[in-house]
Amino acid sequence: MKKSGAAILVAGAVHALLANAAPAAALAHGDPVRGEAVYARCLACHAFAYDRTGPRHCGLFGRRAGSVQGFAYSDAMRRSNLVWDARTLDRFLANPLKTVPGTAMGYAGIADRQERADLIAYLKQVNDSAACRGQRRPPSAASSPPPPPASP
Amino acid sequence: MFSFIQKQDTTHLSIPANPDDGTRRAFLGHSGLLLSGAAVALLAGRDALAKGGQSGASDARILNTALGAELEAIAAYQLGAESGLLQKPALDLALAFQGHHKEHADVLAKTIVKLGGQPVAAKEKYTFPVDTLKSQADVLRFAAMLERGAVSAYLGAVPVFGNRELAKAAASILGDEAMHWAILRNALGETPVPSAFMS
Repeated sequence: MKKSGAAILVAGAVHALLANAAPAAALAHGDPVRGEAVYARCLACHAFAYDRTGPRHCGLFGRRAGSVQGFAYSDAMRRSNLVWDARTLDRFLANPLKTVPGTAMGYAGIADRQERADLIAYLKQVNDSAACRGQRRPPSAASSPPPPPASP
Repeated sequence: MFSFIQKQDTTHLSIPANPDDGTRRAFLGHSGLLLSGAAVALLAGRDALAKGGQSGASDARILNTALGAELEAIAAYQLGAESGLLQKPALDLALAFQGHHKEHADVLAKTIVKLGGQPVAAKEKYTFPVDTLKSQADVLRFAAMLERGAVSAYLGAVPVFGNRELAKAAASILGDEAMHWAILRNALGETPVPSAFMS
């Protein structure tokens, strides 16, 4: 009885471990060309190279949410503990207000999974470009930060 | 596509945040502009706005983001008007559209106050990719990009307002900015309305 009980416990623990280790739903493959067209929706508030109503998008991947120096983030974004990568961007872009309640990005989100993937592919492509890499410096080391101005 | 700013001194153009209140008053006075029905609703009393209940703080945040973008658009049109690159009738068009954005900003700020929020102020300086603005077409294309983005931003905001009157008012502004976009595209010789739906 003891052995079978222990076996059940071990099996349960293994199951839990496997469940935790199982990958989340795979992200769609994105097309940066289509993603550039999706990015046109962002251009009221965002630019790659400098902060506007929303923070700059150069240096986005790997950046902690709410960390661009001089940008006036919402408290919610600063406290979100998000680090931007394809998965967190996918989640945020699907429903910004649900992912970060209190975000200044009052936007319903992009419901279409493929459109999100395309947009993220475009963001990644531009972030990997020489022009964007040239913009990427530690915030404190930026020589000419744009003036502070919603919002990965 | 986007343009990177290479040199701070030559490519960041600083313009006054509140270009000219006198000019603004004159424009509004001369044009005899009337508030639309939706704007009147937006300026409704606190009681009407309070119907949104606990969504008021969230609605104020959304409006404040919109206000920030409107203030930037006002500055962008000011940049275009002062660039010397716009000739009539494009210059008149830009000033008329700037006037609309001033009206939007005014209504948004007043509504934020009614919701108990603090409207964002215009920045002392705005950053624009001035190194890419060399002709009238460049200025109009830049304005069109901002207007197109604004349409998407308002479209994304409409469903998330707690107060349906605010959603209606935002849709009213959306319509105005969609017209700006179409007319700017037309001025550029592009298909004014390139698709049946916006996203």
